[in-house]
Amino acid sequence: MKDINTEVTIAGITFKNPVTTASGTFGSGMEYSDYVDLSRLGAVTTKGVSLTPWEGNPTPRVAETYGGMLNAIGLQNPGIDVFIQRDLTFLRSYDTRIIVNVVGKTEEEYCEVVERLSDYDVDMLEINISCPNVKEGGIAFGQDPARVEAITSKVRRYSKKPIIIKLSPNVTDIAETARAAEAGGADAISLINTLTGMKIDIERRTFLLANKTGGLSGPAIKPIAVRMVYQAANAVKLPIIGMGGIMDGEDALEFIMAGASMVAVGTANFINPKATEEVIDGIEAYMMRKNIKDIKDLIGCVR
Amino acid sequence: MSAAIKKSIRVLENNRLEEGVYDLLLEAEDMAADAKPGQFISLYCRHEGRLLPRPISICEIDSKAGSIRLVYRVVGKGTQELSELKPQDVADCIGPLGNGFTLEEGKALIVGGGIGIPPLLELAKQLKCDKDIVLGYRDATFLNKDFERYGKVYISTEDGSTGIKGNVLDAIKANDLTADIIYACGPVPMLKGIKEYAMTKQIKAQLSLEERMACGIGACLACVCKSTEVDHHSNVHNKRVCKEGPVFYADEIIL
Repeated sequence: MKDINTEVTIAGITFKNPVTTASGTFGSGMEYSDYVDLSRLGAVTTKGVSLTPWEGNPTPRVAETYGGMLNAIGLQNPGIDVFIQRDLTFLRSYDTRIIVNVVGKTEEEYCEVVERLSDYDVDMLEINISCPNVKEGGIAFGQDPARVEAITSKVRRYSKKPIIIKLSPNVTDIAETARAAEAGGADAISLINTLTGMKIDIERRTFLLANKTGGLSGPAIKPIAVRMVYQAANAVKLPIIGMGGIMDGEDALEFIMAGASMVAVGTANFINPKATEEVIDGIEAYMMRKNIKDIKDLIGCVR
Repeated sequence: MSAAIKKSIRVLENNRLEEGVYDLLLEAEDMAADAKPGQFISLYCRHEGRLLPRPISICEIDSKAGSIRLVYRVVGKGTQELSELKPQDVADCIGPLGNGFTLEEGKALIVGGGIGIPPLLELAKQLKCDKDIVLGYRDATFLNKDFERYGKVYISTEDGSTGIKGNVLDAIKANDLTADIIYACGPVPMLKGIKEYAMTKQIKAQLSLEERMACGIGACLACVCKSTEVDHHSNVHNKRVCKEGPVFYADEIIL
């Protein structure tokens, strides 16, 4: 028996450890269940779910960049009906918390998805107002603090579950957006979503991605993400789920020390399907090495 | 747990086959036991800046020797790095991935274009039926001698340096080739032509596609192609090349 406590509590929900998955990098866990024991994870955060099925963007949808990658999937998803029937049923068979990421083209759509999911056995809802790859919805709601506050309070009214607002790093002042989410009644915030980027294919003299721009993720963005988590932690009292380029336990600990109560593993899943479990192992090994009994002693310990 | 777990495997050989085309032999007992023609392996780079694995189709499987052969083209820094692997080096990979070809009864027509040719070699080996093989190149040929052991080989080159001047369809038409089933892999314009030909002649066709991938295991939804019907997994007109594919029946997909 390891003499350490990795439990964390966010908005009244207790997680066995602070590690979840970054939305869009893990599907609904099904594909990774061949590689990872999903019951070891603090939570699975699903790919964004919308009211109706979404086709997503044309291909190519991904491009590798130095130490990172660009994606412009465009929130392809099977819609809430298939999600509830198939994916939620699958996830419920594991001993892990479920955070469902919610997307929409309009405020009403977000609210409708939130309202419907509230009746099901999910633990938290993460509102994606920061996807840089769709024309309607997504980031359009996430870059203006007034709109962040408005959509947060609207969604809040329709939800019986705790609400996490997922913030965009494509803003001038992350503290301002974090405060807007708090003012709107968010139960937690998660950050960062991807940074808008571009890659040009010089042989073909055109954009590498069909969408022209995509969201940059991976180790290349980690220092920005850690800085933003720190700034947000100083700006609001809300619990924070930190993410952006976490590859191992040491990366995760940077986010925790900067103020994140939980962390999400994203792009690393594509590089190492067992990354989530290895991040948990890495956090535990650090705690044992440093004789830290409770993970809560590390959250925001850097001030 | 799936056999397709990330593992380190030893390089047995890695030789230049033709300008920019390399022939990699890997010691991979488990993978050789499981692999099917048309499946692929994702190989990781050592360079830390290159995160994503490179999906490469399986050219030959030797389950007795426990080895897998990959023939690939150098198209960027990642494949350049792979081309520098030496015997005894260790490479990280996951696989075999994807569905692979379905081996069917009846006379087969195997059609490959460029770097779409390698995955058809193991198929040609495993198909015991009567078969014709059409290989299309821009100029220099490769692997054509390997195919001669398994069927009659017709070649087309864009510059006319070997075989018929033109593309694979020109070679098919010039030799009046017909079949009960077509298996094809190559660039999209070629596959479009094959699909149209197969539809006109009412021949079943299996087409192997290529698309930029991230995870390779069906989670990221990067490598989709357009499907004729609503796909059971995506619930939209998209199929995952890495998971439902890379091999599709011609009538399943829109190219």
